[in-house]
Amino acid sequence: MDLENQNRVKTLTEKYGAENMLILLGAAEAESAGLAAETVTNGDPTFAGPLAGVQLGLKVYHAVEPEFKDAVNPDVYDEQVGMMEMVLDVDGIVEEMNNIRSEFCKY
Amino acid sequence: MSFPVIKGTGYVLVHTPDIMHHHGTTQSLERAAHPDSEYLKSLNDHTRSYEDVVAYAPNQTYIGNLHPEELRNVPTPWFQNGLENAQRVGTFGEIMPQDEFYGLMKISDAFDLVSLEEGFLKKAKEKLEAHPLFKEDVAKMGSGDTLADVERFIKDHHADPLFHEGHLVGCVKRAHDVDVSLTAHIIFENLVSKASGVLAMKHLVDKTGLDVNSIDYVIECSEEACGDMNQRGGGNFAKAIAEVVGAVNATGSDLRAFCAAPTHALIEAAALVKAGVYENVVVVAGGATAKLGMNGKDHVKKEMPLLEDVVGGFAVLVSQNDGVNPVIRTDLIGRHTVGTGSSPQAVITSLITAPLDKGGLKIIDIDKYSVEMQNPDITKPAGAGDVPEANYKMIGALGVKRGDLERADLAAFVTKHGMPGWAPTQGHIPSGIPYVGYAQQDLTTGDLNKTMIVGKGSLFLARMTNLFDGVSVVLERNSGEVEAPGTGVSKNEIKEMIVEAMKELAAQLMKE
Amino acid sequence: MSLLDGKKVIIIGDRDGIPAPAMVECLKDTGAEVVFSSTECFV
Repeated sequence: MDLENQNRVKTLTEKYGAENMLILLGAAEAESAGLAAETVTNGDPTFAGPLAGVQLGLKVYHAVEPEFKDAVNPDVYDEQVGMMEMVLDVDGIVEEMNNIRSEFCKY
Repeated sequence: MSFPVIKGTGYVLVHTPDIMHHHGTTQSLERAAHPDSEYLKSLNDHTRSYEDVVAYAPNQTYIGNLHPEELRNVPTPWFQNGLENAQRVGTFGEIMPQDEFYGLMKISDAFDLVSLEEGFLKKAKEKLEAHPLFKEDVAKMGSGDTLADVERFIKDHHADPLFHEGHLVGCVKRAHDVDVSLTAHIIFENLVSKASGVLAMKHLVDKTGLDVNSIDYVIECSEEACGDMNQRGGGNFAKAIAEVVGAVNATGSDLRAFCAAPTHALIEAAALVKAGVYENVVVVAGGATAKLGMNGKDHVKKEMPLLEDVVGGFAVLVSQNDGVNPVIRTDLIGRHTVGTGSSPQAVITSLITAPLDKGGLKIIDIDKYSVEMQNPDITKPAGAGDVPEANYKMIGALGVKRGDLERADLAAFVTKHGMPGWAPTQGHIPSGIPYVGYAQQDLTTGDLNKTMIVGKGSLFLARMTNLFDGVSVVLERNSGEVEAPGTGVSKNEIKEMIVEAMKELAAQLMKE
Repeated sequence: MSLLDGKKVIIIGDRDGIPAPAMVECLKDTGAEVVFSSTECFV
């Protein structure tokens, strides 16, 4: 994850409290979604950014996961995200996100 | 209506392993934060030789020796399946080695900012004397400096070192003592961009056989900024490149729009020619040192070579309709506007189907789409996926939503109307423009009729807006009809008008 | 309770996946507040 984005995640979590945070991802690949999810839960796996070694354990979802889809207006979702369900590997992303959450998510 | 044509192209790569080690941002940031890191120590073991870079199939596609449809047949990963008998020189350009390129940087240097060690300079000069495009220019290289002088420039004057095969062979000096816009680092980036642009434009002139004096205007569309502290992006790379190439009757300007810039530039060049302002307009861009080795950490982790080891460049000549070359349909332009929004569906609608609707065309009426042609050999191991394939899926998915094709035909659409990516991840270099050279072939001697060039850009990276950007344009086989000078109508149209008038006259006479 | 109620949301979009502004649109009129959004570009 971009270093400035890691910085924002860290400072905003300090400001609002980890239990109140939700991280929403739009990554194009299951692998990159998993890396971003790992960064905001178990720390930056590349050890390059401010979240290196910081285990925030934040709640994190990808935009194509059913939990997010079911929580928003279906018409808006279809207009904004719908087409990408045909393009992205949704099953792969869901599996990867579930793995990371079950391993590292604290909330 | 008569449209401007794509009259020729030039495409070049420069193998820059040492620049990648020292000036790619991934490596320079790592060096600043962890100078002793394992990643930096491992770089040499993950760096390709010049021969490997020439034999790399996507690079052969880039310079015109391996059609994208043939690249599809090369087994992947491509870095493990180098081509035998691959050539340095291609139909569109060449792959230049680093030592010659340092010589070309010196040739392109108007302010004595590049210092080369005299022994290295002598060898580079000998090689460039044998280069068909630069033998006239080597006199500009001078005789070089002693190694002690080079070391002094680096130590005492903040110069940026130039390495070759790991050895110090020169430096790029800062252009001002205190001006933050003229630091050695910025001058280095800008000279690499300028020199690779020069190389591309030289090849364009050579391949088209164009009289360099007939170039009226140059639009440069890279992602660098040149200027001093009072005008950080003042410009003008275009004119600076035209000067080195010897286009004495040209002026020019720089156009910036992130990765979308080449397609913006192509449309603007076409508009200038169609309006009759200029006859011959060159669109040109050199490459970016910052992006070299950008995904290097992922490549090392996957035990691959760093594949982002080349700087790219291209040049395209847009001219008046010659009745032969593919026309640029200035009436079929796609635009991502401020109001378009950023949902992928809205983006693809604005760039793909909006222009098609103007021409009463369906998604499948475009034979080939040239989208963001990033090489998946580079991006997939880095977790960024296969970018062109994702773009083709998006276009196909929109086609399904519109009823232009069946969902079951989506995979076939991606193959038939798409291509594998072959361009290095140099930002603007992969964006739509890499296919223009092959499009010129496919739409003249080949069997295609319509292609679309799509450029997209991530404007939000500049922190001036959250917006995305993109433009697109259709290229089409030339009907052979050329507009009669000064009339705005084709000769055939004039004939039809005369026939119509004769008929009316005859009908009038019959009545009487 | 919904996934979104009372949440402070940070959006990390992807230019080649779902860009951040598309997710921001989805969160309008929900119980969540977007506190930061950014789109990444890997190419």
